[in-house]
Amino acid sequence: MFDSSALLRQRFAALRSKAELFSLRHVKQSHQSLSVRRNVAEPPFFSQDEGAMLTVRLNGVEAYAATADLSQSGLQRALEHAEALARQITGHHLLDLRDQPVPSTRHDHISPNFDQSLPNLADCLELLATESASVPKDERLVDWQASLGMTLVEQTYLNSAGAELRNAQRFIFPGLGVTASDGRDSQSRSLGRENFGQQGGFEVVQRCGLVGAARRIADEALQLLLAPNTPSGARDLLLMPDQMMLQIHESIGHPLEMDRILGDERNYAGTSFVKPSDFGQLQYGSPLLNVTFDPTIDEELASYSFDDDGTAASKQFLIREGKLLRPLGGALSQFRSGLDGVANSRACGWNRAPIDRMANLNIEPGDQSLEQLIKGIEHGILMRTNRSWSIDDARNKFQFGCEWGQLIEHGELKGVVKNPNYRGISAQFWRNLSAVGDSSTFQVLGTPNCGKGEPNQVIRVGHASPACVFRQIDVFGGDA
Amino acid sequence: MSTPYQERFEALVSALREALHPGEQFTLGYNAEQSRFVRFNHAKVRQAGEVAQASAQLRLIREGRQAEQQFTLGDDAQLDRQRLQDALKQLRQTLPLLPLDPYLKLDESAWHSHSVQDPTLPDFSEVLTLVEQQAGDLDLVGIYAAGPICRGFASSFRAFGWHQANSFNFDWSLFHTNGQAVKANYAGQVWSGEDFSARLQLAREQLEYLGRPTITLKPGSYRAYLAPAAMDEIAGMLAWGGFSAQALATGNSPLQRLYTGDDKLDPRVSFSEQVSGSLSPAFSSEGSPRKDVALIVEGRGHARLVSPRSAVEFDLPGNGADSYEAPCALSLAPGELASADILARLDTGLYISNLWYLNYSDLPAARMTGLTRFATFWVENGQIQGPVSTMRFDDSLYNLLGKQLEELTRDRELILSTSTYGQRQTGSSHLPGALVRGLTLTL
Repeated sequence: MFDSSALLRQRFAALRSKAELFSLRHVKQSHQSLSVRRNVAEPPFFSQDEGAMLTVRLNGVEAYAATADLSQSGLQRALEHAEALARQITGHHLLDLRDQPVPSTRHDHISPNFDQSLPNLADCLELLATESASVPKDERLVDWQASLGMTLVEQTYLNSAGAELRNAQRFIFPGLGVTASDGRDSQSRSLGRENFGQQGGFEVVQRCGLVGAARRIADEALQLLLAPNTPSGARDLLLMPDQMMLQIHESIGHPLEMDRILGDERNYAGTSFVKPSDFGQLQYGSPLLNVTFDPTIDEELASYSFDDDGTAASKQFLIREGKLLRPLGGALSQFRSGLDGVANSRACGWNRAPIDRMANLNIEPGDQSLEQLIKGIEHGILMRTNRSWSIDDARNKFQFGCEWGQLIEHGELKGVVKNPNYRGISAQFWRNLSAVGDSSTFQVLGTPNCGKGEPNQVIRVGHASPACVFRQIDVFGGDA
Repeated sequence: MSTPYQERFEALVSALREALHPGEQFTLGYNAEQSRFVRFNHAKVRQAGEVAQASAQLRLIREGRQAEQQFTLGDDAQLDRQRLQDALKQLRQTLPLLPLDPYLKLDESAWHSHSVQDPTLPDFSEVLTLVEQQAGDLDLVGIYAAGPICRGFASSFRAFGWHQANSFNFDWSLFHTNGQAVKANYAGQVWSGEDFSARLQLAREQLEYLGRPTITLKPGSYRAYLAPAAMDEIAGMLAWGGFSAQALATGNSPLQRLYTGDDKLDPRVSFSEQVSGSLSPAFSSEGSPRKDVALIVEGRGHARLVSPRSAVEFDLPGNGADSYEAPCALSLAPGELASADILARLDTGLYISNLWYLNYSDLPAARMTGLTRFATFWVENGQIQGPVSTMRFDDSLYNLLGKQLEELTRDRELILSTSTYGQRQTGSSHLPGALVRGLTLTL
């Protein structure tokens, strides 16, 4: 771990610059991707990536240069490129950062069970092959895949003010998916994949529930194929955590990103229906809604001690009892807006600059068991596992779809329905939150695929949530 | 004539050939870029930087087994050779652990492809000056990306491909004080300050329409014109598994009913993968020359995009698709509607410049949802009345490009990808606009 640190430190110390501040962010990342599809092992894929971003602040103007040439001359050259660019844009720049505070802390952060050795490749493939082979023989089961992704990241941030922040993290992404088709309609069920990932060792695979799940997942895909469409109309909506995470992500997370509110993302990811003046004022949701930025749940995907700009991370309430308190804004956004934020300035790698990102964005548990949540619903529907997501550029009008639906009548779960979709408006939806599940319904989930930024970045984010009930939501099915 | 990038790649290929053991085969892909990225907000530079990056994708094959490793390359040839050796070592340790791969298929032809287009890149100082002079009074937000992009491929069967192009892509929006915005783009290989200024001026003129009072529509079915940029969003959804041989064979394609013949589109709809003449490399990352493929002909499913792996699994002839089996240069045949007649033919309805954030509400039915974004106008009697507040649509492709399609435009737009996930992308699409009798708005 941190094998490059001594050399990086030495080379950073030898860099020469006229800038009032400069920094180096070195990222070394390796990845292994395994899968077995329809009982055939796909070719394994490995990757090794390493490089550094040099950032300068010259008379209050910042610019960066990213390079994979980590030699002394390569780093010096990148630093000079960044300086030259900072000079070139001076006079055309939006932000004067001369007065922005500079971090100078030294700290190491390490994922839970980082040093635990994992099963070897053959054993991992055997596990996936066993799961794949457990899918029953049924001509309607046309596709299935068991997969396992593992990513190791080591990052070192050094700056000319003396900061040295190091992260060593391991991420595990198990997955299983089965598709059933009758030739005209198709229905899929999945476990993990884009809806699950955690930091840690092999215990993450156990927590995901991958082992022994294939038969159940296949059976659920077949049930969906035979199920009627979701009926249209207003119903109470019970969202399980693997759909809540998407709901949180799209209609709380993105609209609270301060760089969107400040307009940086208007050409691509979009803007926000939230205004700077809403913080401390807006009743975002019902009094049952408590939303936290929480980097302290060890296994959650975006738990860390410091963000990529060197700001210390701590748990903060963004929304408490429904009232909007603070944005997802890192040090730069806080400097620009004058609002208190969180440590969420993050980059997806050495070749992209940090921007405001979601990290771990969670809903705090309430006080009702799943049984109580269901009993409290007279005419409703349970939905689980996101499969479709669409929301406007201000993050207000949304339409989401799930893999699995189950009607609820008079406090009891009834039949399975396919193509469960629902739509609403963020600014109103959270005010319909009528019940929040307790810790027995709480799951720590996350996704590796949050896209944003120009140039584009895809990053890991964590979402933990209990099951939640929303009153009178517009639900509907598909055409088939 | 070779370039420094190509020389580095060739040196890596030579080192690989020397290091190969008897019985081993390889494919080696190469990606590189030297990019300047400059973000603008309020017509000022919000964030600026340069990225120099290169990587290789080594696939090692032996005795019916294969594994692949991607690794970063730098400027140090000796270090790059060491990284190659490390990758070879890991792959050699991996192959004996794998079962035989029944879908392994290699292109054993010694094809050659070479393309270098290196016109002078824009003078960035000129770009900054033009933005300040001509957009300084506007709320411009967006990104300027420019520099060389390289793609390479070599195999132990002596296949060799090289693609290098200097290009720029300035993608921006102009915002009105009322929050409405118009999107514009200037991309290509040869920068012209006059052309850029003309695009900016056009966007400025459209901005004036956005200052009119905003019109709010109720859900329902509306006549609509979808401009090429809006059509590009729909085409992007189809590219997401629509033409993939694997997706079509396993119930995961939104076009499965089209390809089984259960459904059809309007006979005027013909999609093709038109690699020749596009800005994409003429070879896939899998190591096959890409072919032009007629995907949908006169409204009916025709050929699929078939990767080497799918060719074996589904017993289909391969056609140069990469493993994702997505088109890189999707083209939709033009229609007869003249650009000058669009508003008159629309008469009363929606003029939609762009769509946003599409996804499927019912994938097998090709039913998709999404939103209007950027310069969507309400038109009455062929006259623009004002901008429309954001609306959601939810409709089937079999309606939009089938029963409800009234006409496609004669003029098409070549749309170059602005995607920079991981690296600057080389994809493009060539699309007309579409006039539809009914588009279902839901929210």
